[in-house]
Amino acid sequence: MAAVSMRLPVVRKAVGPSAPRGGEKHLVAPGDTITTDTGYMRGHGTYVDEEKLIASVAGAVERVNKLVCVRALKTRYNGEVGDIVVGRITEVQQKRWKVETNSRLDSVLLLSSMNLPGGELRRRSAADELAMRDYLQEGDLISAEVQSIFSDGAVSLHTRSLKYGKLGQGVLVQVSPSLVKRQKTHFHDLPCGASVILGNNGFIWIYPTPEQKDEEAGGFTTSLEPVPLSDREVISRLRNCIVALVTQKLMLFDTSILYCYEASLPHQIKDILKPEVMEEIVLETRQRLLDLEG
Amino acid sequence: MASVVLSEAEKLYIVHGVQEDLRVDGRGCEDYRCAEVETDVVSNTSGSARVKLGHTDVLVGVKAEMGTPKLEKPDEGYLEFFVDCSANATPEFEGRGGEELGTEIANTLYRVFRSESSVDLKSLCINPREHCWVLYVDILLLECGGNLFDAISIAVKAALFNTRIPKVRVLEDEEGSKEIELSDDPYDCIRLNVDDVPCIVTLSKIGYRHVVDATLQEEACSLASLLISVTSKGALTSVKKMGKGSLDPESIFEMMETGKRVGKSLHIALQKTLDEEESLGSSRQKVGFLG
Repeated sequence: MAAVSMRLPVVRKAVGPSAPRGGEKHLVAPGDTITTDTGYMRGHGTYVDEEKLIASVAGAVERVNKLVCVRALKTRYNGEVGDIVVGRITEVQQKRWKVETNSRLDSVLLLSSMNLPGGELRRRSAADELAMRDYLQEGDLISAEVQSIFSDGAVSLHTRSLKYGKLGQGVLVQVSPSLVKRQKTHFHDLPCGASVILGNNGFIWIYPTPEQKDEEAGGFTTSLEPVPLSDREVISRLRNCIVALVTQKLMLFDTSILYCYEASLPHQIKDILKPEVMEEIVLETRQRLLDLEG
Repeated sequence: MASVVLSEAEKLYIVHGVQEDLRVDGRGCEDYRCAEVETDVVSNTSGSARVKLGHTDVLVGVKAEMGTPKLEKPDEGYLEFFVDCSANATPEFEGRGGEELGTEIANTLYRVFRSESSVDLKSLCINPREHCWVLYVDILLLECGGNLFDAISIAVKAALFNTRIPKVRVLEDEEGSKEIELSDDPYDCIRLNVDDVPCIVTLSKIGYRHVVDATLQEEACSLASLLISVTSKGALTSVKKMGKGSLDPESIFEMMETGKRVGKSLHIALQKTLDEEESLGSSRQKVGFLG
């Protein structure tokens, strides 16, 4: 039976202002004066105009001793060494792949930074170069770690560990990078029955938990077997919960996703995306997170 | 059309999901995404509507102007469609990139509305062979999130429902020349009957089954799709096949049946929303673009 739901738009306000913890955040818009004190050094996101320090991006002001910078709320991904990212291959070039990671420039994955199948350590030969497309093609998704940053800001990735590599069947959700909380680990096996990779660049990968940890986990063999229906339901529900959290601008980390999943269980999966259900679920999640802290 | 690149494993996941009637966002094969419809958003048009279907955002404006009837249909008015693919929708539409898609959509709309009974064109006539109302329907694509044709047809129907054409009187002079007089009252206008205006339902074939209201990712997995236009009574006015894949005649028949069924539910939901909006009258809080 077809289900078509149409409604009139309603002005939506964000769910309940949360009490500011640890003091007020100084939020600025482009053009706002941050300070007229000339003793401060200007950092990212600011500029000096007529002895006033003015913000050039919309975000929160951060002050470290004499350095003032503005961290933008919605921005492209700015790579930092050690970040976990999920990226999509856009080009296959001579000795490297170009990876799209939602940053200003495409990231680079050098052939020498890639794990060869079987985990062997050897010098990359011309044959390897010609066989690059057998490893990774345009459109493939990979999980990788940031190795270094070039002077122009482009990020260089590496997959030199068995936990990184080509990703198999699953669902990708693209969110703003500022909503992914920095944590110790970004690979989570959620107790509800699926696993999630929270890329620092805002790409979230949800996939069925692999049965056993085989040695080729970081390799290039992707399982082409159909995923069972129960796993699919968990994955779809998680995907909708993440979209709900993002719409209400909540930080994404394993606990918030898990709480949101549990709050959404009474509803049908496709109902989670309805605005009123979304608000209800996120309100409950926010409440549980506040209880957890306080 | 805007498209995303997907890995083979992702496509496989989507195809298997559709086989089991559970799509990536939890919908079944015949479910639409949540849609928001609002009319009267552009003030200097005779009628306008904005439809948001998931990530797809469409704005339609209808302007009624006086013109001469076409030679082969001297006692009828007519509709003119124009589609503008804004560069805001996707970078592919920059410059003249969106022209091809725009003309394709406009031609599809001409086909859909070619049927005699869709809109009562005779009511648009003022003076046979001399004056008639021409409805210029302008469609603006603000965001491309998959399933463009459905969203556009819903918006066109809503905009036509919202259109108010001023009442005119024809006065005969002594010399026999006719003068057209516009009524002074701005609320004195005629409304169009949109009961028979068709809506387009796009059915995309993914694997062995077909889905309604495909997202961009699902469109990337489907090789062929069928566009059918259905009226509220379930009558088909046009059928068009798109995509480079082939369709079996059996599946075409199944898809048409699904399309008719889904189309009827679509019309019922749309009419209910439009009536609800109408009943709120002037107390309705307009959301517009800054809501």
